[in-house]
Formats: sequence, structure tokens, C-alpha cells
Amino acid sequence: MVQVVIWGSLRSAVDGAVQVEVEACDFRGVLAALARDYPGLRAQIEAGVSLSIDGKIYREAWFTPVHADSEVVLMPFMVGG
Amino acid sequence: MSKIHVTTNINGDAVEYLCEPQETLLDVLRNQLNMTGAKEGCGSGDCGACSVTLDGRLVCSCLVLAAEAEGKQVSTIEGMADGEELHPLQKKILEHAALQCGVCIPGILVAAKALLEKHPDPTETEVRYWLAGNLCRCTGYDKIIAAVMDAAAEMRGA
Amino acid sequence: MALDTDKREFKIVGTRPLRPDGIDKVTGRALYGADTTAPGMLVGRVLRSPHAHARIVSIDASAAEALQGVKAVITAADFTTANNSHSQAVLDNCMARGKAMYHGHGVAAVAAVSEAIAKQALKLIKVDYEILPHVTEIEDALKPDAPVLYPDKPAKRVPEGTPANVSHVTHFGHGDLEAGFAKADKIIERTFRTEATHQGYIEPHACLASVSPDGKGDLWCCTQGHYNVRALCADFMGMDASQLRVTASEIGGGFGGKTTVFIEPIALALSRKANKPVKLVMSREEVFKASGPTMSSVTDVKIGMTKDGRITAGYANLRYQCGAFPSGTIELGAMSAFAAYDLDAVKTDGLNVMTNRPREAAYRAPGAPTAVYPVESVVDELCQELGLDPLDVRLKNAARKGTKASYGPTFDDIGLVATLEAAKAHPHYSAPLGPNQARGVSCGFWFNFGGNTSVSLAVNVDGTVTLTEGNPDIGGSRASIGMMAAEELGIPFDKVRTLVADTASLGFNDVTDGSRVTFAVGLATIKAARDAIQKMCARVAKIWDIDPEAVVWEDGCVKPAGDNAGQYEPMSLAEIAAISVKTGGPIAGHHEVNADGAGVSFGVHLADVEVDPETGHTSVVRYTVFQDAGKAVHPAYVEGQMQGGAVQGIGWALNEEYIYGADGRLQNAGFLDYRIPVASDLPPIDTVILEIPNPGHPYGVRGVGETPIVPPLAALNNAVSRAIGVRMSALPMSPPRILKAIKG
Repeated sequence: MVQVVIWGSLRSAVDGAVQVEVEACDFRGVLAALARDYPGLRAQIEAGVSLSIDGKIYREAWFTPVHADSEVVLMPFMVGG
Repeated sequence: MSKIHVTTNINGDAVEYLCEPQETLLDVLRNQLNMTGAKEGCGSGDCGACSVTLDGRLVCSCLVLAAEAEGKQVSTIEGMADGEELHPLQKKILEHAALQCGVCIPGILVAAKALLEKHPDPTETEVRYWLAGNLCRCTGYDKIIAAVMDAAAEMRGA
Repeated sequence: MALDTDKREFKIVGTRPLRPDGIDKVTGRALYGADTTAPGMLVGRVLRSPHAHARIVSIDASAAEALQGVKAVITAADFTTANNSHSQAVLDNCMARGKAMYHGHGVAAVAAVSEAIAKQALKLIKVDYEILPHVTEIEDALKPDAPVLYPDKPAKRVPEGTPANVSHVTHFGHGDLEAGFAKADKIIERTFRTEATHQGYIEPHACLASVSPDGKGDLWCCTQGHYNVRALCADFMGMDASQLRVTASEIGGGFGGKTTVFIEPIALALSRKANKPVKLVMSREEVFKASGPTMSSVTDVKIGMTKDGRITAGYANLRYQCGAFPSGTIELGAMSAFAAYDLDAVKTDGLNVMTNRPREAAYRAPGAPTAVYPVESVVDELCQELGLDPLDVRLKNAARKGTKASYGPTFDDIGLVATLEAAKAHPHYSAPLGPNQARGVSCGFWFNFGGNTSVSLAVNVDGTVTLTEGNPDIGGSRASIGMMAAEELGIPFDKVRTLVADTASLGFNDVTDGSRVTFAVGLATIKAARDAIQKMCARVAKIWDIDPEAVVWEDGCVKPAGDNAGQYEPMSLAEIAAISVKTGGPIAGHHEVNADGAGVSFGVHLADVEVDPETGHTSVVRYTVFQDAGKAVHPAYVEGQMQGGAVQGIGWALNEEYIYGADGRLQNAGFLDYRIPVASDLPPIDTVILEIPNPGHPYGVRGVGETPIVPPLAALNNAVSRAIGVRMSALPMSPPRILKAIKG
């Protein structure tokens, strides 16, 4: 199981939890599990999100591995200028 | 309305063109004569990207009517290098990495050359005020000013 | 891709060669967006809304179409529906669909044989507008009785009860704020305001489009990302991406403002209708009115500090307006606000409210400058009130490796502490100040990105290398990328030619944004070079008739791996290339990647100002930028990014603002009235580059372009506030505002 930190504005979709636990071993798995377990997150995930995995920001990296002790933070889809 | 026939000299070459009365020198340079080194950044004389000299005087070519070039000597960025040999200002801009996007650089070079022809030994403040009519959004001007000062020193020594 | 473990001595990386596109750019030969033509080309012009908010009841273009010399007139009806809501907003911003959302919004466009006829034709288009109430300011747009921009399309994903114009609501943070504030000896709460600014690139948007009836198209344009232009335009035109080739011209500045499209779809649609090439160039007035400026903001900040300078809690409530379409930039702002600090209790609330202004485009570290400015200003005020040194306080609270960032993740190796220490040790920090002068300090932060990147590298038979990449060169990236290829291949820099490919010649590349190019394209270049090296090793192993594992690449040559491999003279790249056609054919390397691991970036700025108490005019008298670049590939262009970003921030702090009248019209759409800094406004901008290697790049490179625009807003605010003895809380700090503050 992987702990995923949910950013503030999405917490209402996970019953106010700061972090949730999902069964996943990579980037894609984390998002799929979040969308499955928390339907309230689906719209945001479809609109675009990033994941920070152990301090590194990933934008669309399905096969990036995630381990049980990884720090995983759900973040908005990041853009720059 | 009939077109105006203009005989002028650009970068040492005799040039003739026909222009509308309202056309600017910048329009004719870019659209008729294929000299696109002068850029239109604003069309209102605020950015200096279209700088050329007219009988040695620095002007924004977007504020000069094409018909006004009659009988004058026009100098543009295209005439600045002498064959393969770059002008010292061009060399120093490159050496100092004083350009990023580079779109303001033709105007800056024409303006700086006009300054050094009048004042071969300007202070840094004089260079900054002289170039205040040439907007650059990339560099913060630091390296441009250093390059012009360096070129001025080299040209005085030469 | 991790940092190379062997601590190599760089031969080319870190030097300052002349940039390869330099001569073209100092002789006027380089071709920018408006510098090209096509045979039979028409001139395009756009009709723009004179109203801030109006329903388009009807458009009658018959008189324009009948004018001799007019070849096409188009409206929103000439485009398809976009394939998602984000793209639809991009399209609707190019050409109003049903409603004009802001003063300057495109309504129709013409293509004619001359500019004069095109302008005349615009006057003949009859648009029947039903004028609607408008709103341009944040606080007005949040009022319960505010005009609503999209009454039929309520925002998704915002909590119930949110004001109707709000498109995004966001929260970040951790810890117990109440407990944190209870521990503070001093708490300061203050509201800050910033006005919208424009990227102010000197080159207006320009393009040349050619579409033929068989669905093939070519587009030449100035853009930060031609692949993105292709994706958007092909979508809007109902074309296949493969049939639309987009070529990026040289680009005269972008800073985020050229990451999207404004006129390109219009030129394509006109060209398709006229079946002729169409050139479309924005005037400067159009650039201000109808491209993408940045947000304005109103932010409440509350920070608590102990007597000895430990921040106990921080809170910010940020409200951004980003124009007439939804924008998530507020999220980046809410994440950036406190990123420089290691805090037990921190929270940011943010919202984006839509107004009748042009749709925001990214501007260098989008969202961050306006978020960091209020926080860094209040930290400075606390230092002043508590009699503490502002750099000591920042060092005491600085984020470092292991800090849980205010936006969630834990930081890896970051350079903030080293950057603060460098600022503290620099002679600037202890230099004496004159009358009416003061010094301001601020930190800044940006995330930096990697992204999708394709690079192809051909080893030519004469021993030279052609490198093809797909990101427009805005600030010298051909140089830095060519340098990394030369470094990796062990050949001189001038043996590499770096070209920016069109969309038909290379795989996909993300936009030149997020400070990504030197990092991500550099990373892909190194991998492409290593791919070519591997192939060269295999060739030489064949030539020597030994096992491929028995050769190594060292100092630009293939060598036997050891004594057991046999005795062979090393073969250089040039020697291998010369016989490549005999040993199996051309040699090339390539790499395609969605690069991650960009590594965040921190900067610290010191600003000395002198404020004239009679006029309220501020002169910046000394300025120094300190920033961690990971590894500076071409240090002169790194310095250039730091200097240019700082000066854009200085303009934001002192001069620049979008001014709207009560009629909702933009009042200063020109460089005379929207005043960007000129050379005589500024002192030299000194730079100190720190190199704390990014663990996510083989050479340790971090993006550098965006961070430098973040600190100046607060650095200037803090300097001015200290100089006049009154805390300022609104930008720009124009002379009238400062005079008003001084006079009370």
C-alpha cells in the first residue's frame, strides 16, 4: 500500500483526509486507484494532475515505480512560462 | 492617389522606389526592399527596434515617411558589417553574450554606432541614456552596456 | 536520469563560446515571425471588440466580402469545436463565439491583397452588439451582484456557495496554524495588491499560413512551442496533425506569452478560405489588448515570528484574476508562496476569479511572483519590527534537504541555504547606504520542469555532428545544447551544428517553458550522444574483430577496454565517421524522453534603492542576483537569464500595470504608457551563480530562466518601505503611490 498526500482543495473528495492509502506500484496505478476508490477525484485526475514521488515532480509518467515507503504527493498539473 | 518616386541611398548603394504617401520608411525597407533587419516592435517610436540613420541622424524608421528619404543617406543594420568583417560593436555584442532573443539587437547596434560616431568616449551613464530609446526585454541591458563600452574602448584604440 | 557519479572535468561545459546563431542576429539576417513572405501572399487583419462584454447578436460581412481585393472573411463559425474544454478556451479567446469577453477580443478577420484594403474591409463588417455589464477588478468580480461571465456554465470542482465568477479554488499546507500563531511573539497581517503586467516581448505575434484544399498546411510563426501550435491549430481546423507542418521562426522574446496561440488559427482559416498564403501580424496595441498578460492579485498574509526570528506559522489567502477564461495559475501561486521556508504550520488558500480582461498567458514562473511578494514583504516587516537581520532570519527558517515543502513533497538537494550564505558574505550586503537609500532582500522559488523531448544527432562522414532538436532558441539554447553534445562526444564545439527542426522533421517536443530546455533537451542530447557512442563502439569492435564489451569510449575515442582486449590504436569520432559507410552505414544517435527530475530552483536578490522624497521616484542604485544553477552550461547566458528576469521583476515592482477605465477598456495599450524598464532606469545587475548539482541530470543542470523574476517584487518593496519609513503594500510602486504613502 502507498500513502498519497492529497492537496487541500481535493480533501473534500476523500472525506477530509490529508492522506489516503492506495494499492499501486507505479504512477499510473496510483491515479487509477485514486479514481476508483474516490470518485470525487476523477474530474480532477482527468483534467490533469502531477505526482511528486520522493520529492521529484512527474507529470505524465505511467511507469515510474512507487514503493510502499515512497513519499507520494498528488499535485495540480504543473506548467511554466 | 499616385505613388511617389523616391531616389535615395541605402548603405552606400543608390536605390529607387515607389511609395504611397502614407507609407513609412520601415514599411518600404521591410516590404519592398526585403531589408528585414529593422523590426517593427511598436510602430509608434517607443521601442527603437526599427532604428536607422538618416544622413547620420538616428531615427525610428517607423516614424519617417518613405518619401522623406529622397536624396538622403540611409544606413541600416544590413550595412553595418564590412563584408566578412563585423563592426566592433557587432563583435562585442557577441563576445559579451549581450543578446538573448536578439530582436532588439539590430536597433541597438544602429543606435550605439550613431552614439560612438558622435561621442567616441561616452560614460556608462551616457550610453544608458542614449540607448534609453531602445527597449530590450531579455537582458536587463547589463551586457549590452558592457559590450558598447568595450567596443568604444577598442575603437578608440584602433 | 541521475547525476553522473564520476566527477568529471568538463572541457566545454562551463566555458563561454560565441553562440552559433549570433552572426545572423547581429547582422539583421535572422528571420523572425514577421520577416518572411510567400508568393501571392495576402494580408490578414482582425476586427476586435470595442466593448468589454457584449453579446454578438449578428455579424454582417457582406459589404466587406464585396470589397475588391478582399479574399476571405472569417468568424468563429469557421472553426470546429475543440477536443477539450481547455483547447476550446484557447480557440474562443482567439475568436469570440457568441460573446465578446473583453475589450480587444477578436470577432472577425479578413484577408485582402493589401493592408489598406484589409483595414478598409474591417470597417465594413457590421457587428450588432448587445452590451452587457462588465467587471475587470478582482474584488468587484467576487461580489454577489457582480456581472457573471458564464451564467450558463457554472464552474465544476469548486465548492458550493463559491461566487459565480470563480473558476478555481485551492488549498495547500500542513500543521496546526492556531498553535503556531500562539507561539509567536509578533504577528503581522497585511493585504497586498498587484496589477496585471505583460511579458512585453519586443516582437509582436506574427505568422504566415498556407492551407490548400486537400487539407495540407504550412505555418511559420514565432512561438515558444511549435508542436503545441500544431496540436491546437490542427484541432481547431479539423486537420490531421501530420498534414500541418509548423516551423518556428526565430523568436523575439516570449517569457511564457508565446506558449499558446492567438492569431495562428485565424491565419490558417483565412488561408484555407482564400486558398492563398496569409500573413498576419499583431500591432503592439493588439499585443497589449489581445495576447496574454499575467494576473492581477489581492493577497492577505499573516505570519507569526518569535523574538529570535523563528517563523511559527504562515497563512496566505490569494485571489487572482486571469482574465475571461478559467485559469489554474492560482494553484502554482498557492504552492510557491511559502516554498522557501521550513515551517511546522503553513496554509495557503487561493481562488481564481474570471473578469472581462484578456485570457492570461504564462509569464515567467507563472503565479509565483505575486505569491512570494506578500510573504517576503511580511517576513521583512517582522525582521524590521523585531530588530533582526533579514538574511539571518531567512537562514534560520530556510528550506533545505529534508524539509517538507509547504506544497507537500520533501525537498532533495536544494541550494537555498548556500545562496543565502553567498548573499550574506557578498560585499553588497555590507556596503554603506546614502541618504534616502535602503536595502531590500527577498528569496524566490520556482519548480522547474522537464517534459517531452526528442533529439536526433547525426555523425557526418567529415567528423562533424548535426544535432536536431525541437525547441525554439529564445536565449542561447542552441549554444548550451551544442556544448553538451560536444562535451559528451569529445569534439570541439564548432564541429556541432544545432538546428531547431520543424514539426515534420522530429518527434514531439513540449513547449519551451518551465525553464525546461537546458535541462530536458540537454539531457536528451547527452543520451542521444551516448546512443551514437554506443553505435561507434560497436563499429570499432567489428573493425577490430573483438567483443563489443571489449571496447570503451574515452576522451572522444574508442579504445580497447584493457590489455586483454588487445593492442589497438584508439579511433576518434572523425576516424570512425570517415569509414562509416563501409562499416555498416550512417551513424546517428537519438533519444526520446518525458524528462523528470528537473530540480527546484531558489534565488536571493539584494536591491538598493534611493527614493526621492519630493517626487516619489525610485532609483535602483545597486542590484545583485544570487542563484543556484545546478551546473551553468554557458555561464554568460545563465547570467543573462538572471539579469533579464530581475529587470522584468523590477518593472513589475515599479512601473508596469494594466490600467482599465470604468468603461472596461484598456487605457494604456502601448509602450509609451505601459512603461517597461529602459537602460537609463537601471544600474548594472550583478550576478553570483552557485552550482549545487541537480541529482536528476547527468551534469547537474537545473533550469534557471524563471526563478529570477520572483524575488524583485518583494526586494524592491522591502527596500522602498525601509527607505521611506512606511510599509508599502501595492504594486507598482509608481511615484504617485509612493508620494501618497510618504505624505500619509
